Amino acid sequence: MKDSTKWAPLIAFILLASALTYGLAKPDNRNITSKMIGASVPSFTLPPAAAGLPGLSSAELANGKPHLVNIFASWCVPCIAEAPQLKAIAQAGVPVVGIAVRDRPEALARFLGRNGNPFRAIGADDASQVQMAFGSSGVPESFVVDGKGMILQQTIGPINPQDVPGVIAAVQAAR
Amino acid sequence: MRRILIALAIVAAPALADSDLPPAPLADTQLPDPKQEAQAKALMETIRCLVCQGQSIADSNAELAGDMRAMIRERIAAGEKPVVIRAWLVRRYGAWVTYEPPLDSATWLLWAAPVLLLGLGIFIARRSFRRRRA
Repeated sequence: MKDSTKWAPLIAFILLASALTYGLAKPDNRNITSKMIGASVPSFTLPPAAAGLPGLSSAELANGKPHLVNIFASWCVPCIAEAPQLKAIAQAGVPVVGIAVRDRPEALARFLGRNGNPFRAIGADDASQVQMAFGSSGVPESFVVDGKGMILQQTIGPINPQDVPGVIAAVQAAR
Repeated sequence: MRRILIALAIVAAPALADSDLPPAPLADTQLPDPKQEAQAKALMETIRCLVCQGQSIADSNAELAGDMRAMIRERIAAGEKPVVIRAWLVRRYGAWVTYEPPLDSATWLLWAAPVLLLGLGIFIARRSFRRRRA
């Protein structure tokens, strides 16, 4: 056997082992990005989730103005941490609308009373159907939707204080 | 007493990650038509749960998995084909959501590997047998 072929299996093993070690050591990314970015908002109509606020439909998201769609729930702890940022975004003039996943009106009213209400409308998504239609896999998630109802951007997890200017800019640029 | 309460709160904290709504009607109830239920079950076993990301939605207790099962049963009961429902989910979450990866530019090697490896094995075996005879 020639020298070069003798070493081939060892070299192949080292290459394979290093590729596998690299794959195992690389931090795991468990975020599932929606493939709906760049597509129109799926057609939906949700009934009001809280007293005194209208529900939400896909037609309203295509009314010519960009929106921030926040998928949240009163039972979701990170959503409490996100509330001040949503308030700041709403105060900057961004229309913030909500989709409340598997929520009860009284629990939602308590959540809004305690954490403030940045929402112009909240739709009740009792069986996560609209959440799935958006390609969202958890709460909270936020989508920037332009005036024609096109999904432009997704934020997975709470919007943190340092993300606020970026989100406001993204919605304003969506006009 | 206080200590017990604190310990209980720590143990019970993960429960806060769930809503207090009951599961959707069709999440854990079989369809009356056994043929449709079999179709739905077969599809559920090949759809990945988005919360417990190593389980299929048929095995997962996550609420979103329950809502996905309910969605699949509702659509099958309405006469939709499993292929269409799978495509609907793949459109939203990517091919990652299905345990039956489609044949495309990223996965062709996965499908071709058995044939390629078998061919390589035959090639190596033939060469070494021929050498021994000589």
